[in-house]
Amino acid sequence: MTQEKDLKGYWKKNLQYLSILLSIWFTVSYGFGILLAPWLNNFKMGGFKLGFWFAQQGSIYVFVVLIFIYVYLMNRLDKKFGVNEEDA
Amino acid sequence: MDVQVWTYILVGVTFTLYIGIAIWSRAGSTSEFYIAEGAVNPLTNGMATAADWMSAASFLSMAGLISFMGYDGTVYLMGWTGGYVLLALLLAPYLRKFGKFTVPDFIGDRYYSNTARTVAVICALIVSFTYVAGQMRGVGLVFSKFLEVDIFWGVIIGMAIVFFYAVLGGMKGITYTQVAQYCVLIFAFMVPAFFISMQLTGSPIPQIGFGSTVTDGSGMYLLDKLDQLHTELGFAEYTSGTKSMQDVFFITVALMVGTAGLPHVIVRFFTVPKVKDARISVGYALIFIAILYTTAPAIAVFARTNLIETVSEQPYEEMPPWFSTWEETALLNWVDKNEDGIINYAPGAAIVGAPDIIRDGLDIRRGSNNQVMISNEVTANQNELYVDRDIMVLANPEIAGLPAWVAALVAAGGLAAALSTAAGLLLVISTSVSHDLIKKQFNKDISDKAELRYARIAAAVAVVVAGYFGINPPGFVAQVVAIAFGLAAASFFPAIILGIFYKKMNKQGALAGMIAGLIFTLAYIIYFKIAFPELNIPENWWFGISPEGIGTFGMLINLVVALSVRSFYPDPPEDVQEMVEGIRYPR
Repeated sequence: MTQEKDLKGYWKKNLQYLSILLSIWFTVSYGFGILLAPWLNNFKMGGFKLGFWFAQQGSIYVFVVLIFIYVYLMNRLDKKFGVNEEDA
Repeated sequence: MDVQVWTYILVGVTFTLYIGIAIWSRAGSTSEFYIAEGAVNPLTNGMATAADWMSAASFLSMAGLISFMGYDGTVYLMGWTGGYVLLALLLAPYLRKFGKFTVPDFIGDRYYSNTARTVAVICALIVSFTYVAGQMRGVGLVFSKFLEVDIFWGVIIGMAIVFFYAVLGGMKGITYTQVAQYCVLIFAFMVPAFFISMQLTGSPIPQIGFGSTVTDGSGMYLLDKLDQLHTELGFAEYTSGTKSMQDVFFITVALMVGTAGLPHVIVRFFTVPKVKDARISVGYALIFIAILYTTAPAIAVFARTNLIETVSEQPYEEMPPWFSTWEETALLNWVDKNEDGIINYAPGAAIVGAPDIIRDGLDIRRGSNNQVMISNEVTANQNELYVDRDIMVLANPEIAGLPAWVAALVAAGGLAAALSTAAGLLLVISTSVSHDLIKKQFNKDISDKAELRYARIAAAVAVVVAGYFGINPPGFVAQVVAIAFGLAAASFFPAIILGIFYKKMNKQGALAGMIAGLIFTLAYIIYFKIAFPELNIPENWWFGISPEGIGTFGMLINLVVALSVRSFYPDPPEDVQEMVEGIRYPR
């Protein structure tokens, strides 16, 4: 494989990760926290109505997890395509 | 020891610490001054970012705001955290790879245009100045409430401290003081939260506590109880809120995108050594931020419940001592509309404007129940209670009956939050002037030493200007936060994203987009917030979007204009396209 083709593959994979992670980001915050919140409020988790919990707690936890998943995926991808900084 | 003595001790110790750090980490070159030589450990940078980000508003006002907004407070909680996902995935790693000093640097180089750079500098300056004025005001307020120092002297002391470490240390000094300030502010925020959660629900962890049952033996969940209290008094349910769904949606987008586009936040990710570090550093930053942001809604619920249970339908004479203390500061007031001596709390404002205490000479005039009398016009509704939002955090330790040192801790924490954010903003202002204007536009051959001197002078001037606005706040200071986020969302964010992800975006498209987004957003906010505040009601808004949420619309306009204008002009030059290619790969 040429260097050029390698990099294209890297970028494509990166965009793929981004679209998956950002879909989750959108679904949890805008979906569960806002658009579906009135419906989710029919369900309860302990003392929390579920829509309210996603809006004021759950979405923030998910944001943190998403960033760390991204970091893990990208570090792996950097190594696989040989663009990681350690080898420089 | 009383609160005031404790406050002097804690504020004195923390300020000495900040100054010590500043002396230890003086900057010697522009690279040290602008980006701490790009040698900051990612964990350290994450902590500094968290302090940089969490301002006096996050620390002092947010929990109080949420406690009055209920579910609607979600816009701040999600809006001011969700942007970090965008920052980590779409901005930070690429801008780190780009490897220059400022956001206008990127805009100017990527769009091969000094005009674009200038537009970016102007946005950066407006955003930072509006923001920094609020911080200096916060410093002044904490001083005046806790130490009975005049606001003027409070701001002057705050200015002197920031001046010392921002002007001397630049980014390097700021980074390490911010780490110390984060520790102070998070400790100060969490301690009262632990205590109050324990008292109300028996669970020491506030995030769990506010979803637990109350300890009064009824076995009721706290949130159910609060919803019930709200309904009884005629308020909307706490967990449902009153804003329309589209407004909540638009405000949240504007705040998230605005966060990701704020220059003082972005620039923090120029300070780490590698692309990899930039990514993980955003993750650390968000963890540190999330600790406060997931606690704030719990504090909001505790404070709201405590407030209603303590005051509603109770005789004024039986109020605890804190009630009259805060009445005297004009942050709390009771107007006995039906003259029954009982505090009736209901929806709507009790009085017109903020309380204006009547004084006879130096003495406060008292009513028949010994309440503080005010000269404001009363409204026609049933509500007799005026409560300032800020009181919910400031008075929380007293309301819950916590020891004096906890209240003093809140003062030191509020100062840490205000000073750390102010320093980060001052750095953006000074860099914009010395680097983006003087070095890049007027005098390209300037030596590093001379540039550093200009950076220090600019920082010094900015401190003075910020202080001036802190002492004499323009009437619309509370409103301008909407401007800062709206502008960042409508100008920087789309231009940077297109610059990274759309290689063929040319300067004409980007410039047209930025200017269109900027003018539209500014015009809408100024129209409703400054020019005709009386028209600022949902019926008049476009598509039901409030001025706070209009940045989202501005961002869409920016994108549409940029993409359409782009197609009429040639692609960017080959070397620019190569540069874009280059920032996409860590190596």
